[in-house]
Amino acid sequence: MNKTWLPLGFIALLALLGIGLTLNPRQVPSPLIGKAAPPFELPRLDQPSRTFTQKEMLGSVWVLNVWASWCPPCLVEHPVVTELAKSVPVVGLNYKDAREDALPWLARNGNPYQLSVYDANGRIAIDYGVYGVPETYVIDRQGVIRYKHIGPLTPEVAQKKLVPMVKELRGG
Amino acid sequence: MGRFVIVFCLWAGAATAAEDLDKRTAALAEELRCLVCQNQTLAESNAPLAVDLRNQVREQLAQGASEREVREFMVARYGDFVLYRPPFKASTAALWLGPFVLLLGGVVLLVRRLRRPRAPEPALSSAERERAAKLLE
Repeated sequence: MNKTWLPLGFIALLALLGIGLTLNPRQVPSPLIGKAAPPFELPRLDQPSRTFTQKEMLGSVWVLNVWASWCPPCLVEHPVVTELAKSVPVVGLNYKDAREDALPWLARNGNPYQLSVYDANGRIAIDYGVYGVPETYVIDRQGVIRYKHIGPLTPEVAQKKLVPMVKELRGG
Repeated sequence: MGRFVIVFCLWAGAATAAEDLDKRTAALAEELRCLVCQNQTLAESNAPLAVDLRNQVREQLAQGASEREVREFMVARYGDFVLYRPPFKASTAALWLGPFVLLLGGVVLLVRRLRRPRAPEPALSSAERERAAKLLE
């Protein structure tokens, strides 16, 4: 009896651990999916005297992209964000950055954002559960977060996930 | 003199309150996970986000939030994953019960093995006995 069960148990354990290896521990499921996007009113990156709130986006499907000039993966995903911004409005959340670094960064690499807001101390990012810049959120017309991507956007994620999702949310 | 005593008491009171806040912050930070370096607690990690979140914990406790409220604040943003002691629910049942199931399985196997009748010791022939005796000399 033991002779048949022991190897089976061992194989089951191996399979379980094997599945575990294929999962990415950095992809922590966000509890914010399906919840209203946390409210904010932040100064704009380009015009410190003007503020912007997420309410201004109500009625359209949009993307919130958390970025910083000190973040190398943000530079990596920048072409993808630029491409994405052609089909959906992308708002930047400039995270714990300095204006004198962030603005030249945009000038150098192109500015695909409808606008960026300036979250100097990262407090709003905490409300959005940000822990690894860059992060990207898809928000629907009603202001509900529908999707979150952690880490740099790849062309695959953008084309296979984000773009179809935006289309679907617009249609529905 | 009286005035001095009052000032001193206020100062001491503020100092113990601050110490108390430090202690509560540290205790709570011990049970929260740093999301940047995931195998460290917020208390251990020096990642910028961990520092921010520790300040957040401290600020909220200072404003009168309970430990439970701070924990809920973190879970609402980062999920159960931030808790080093995740709540018991369907998705975490294997996590909480798994070790006990394995322990039980081990005990069952052990008991079975112990109960199994021992194989009789092989009898030695007189020639083998003599050889063993010689080897032991």
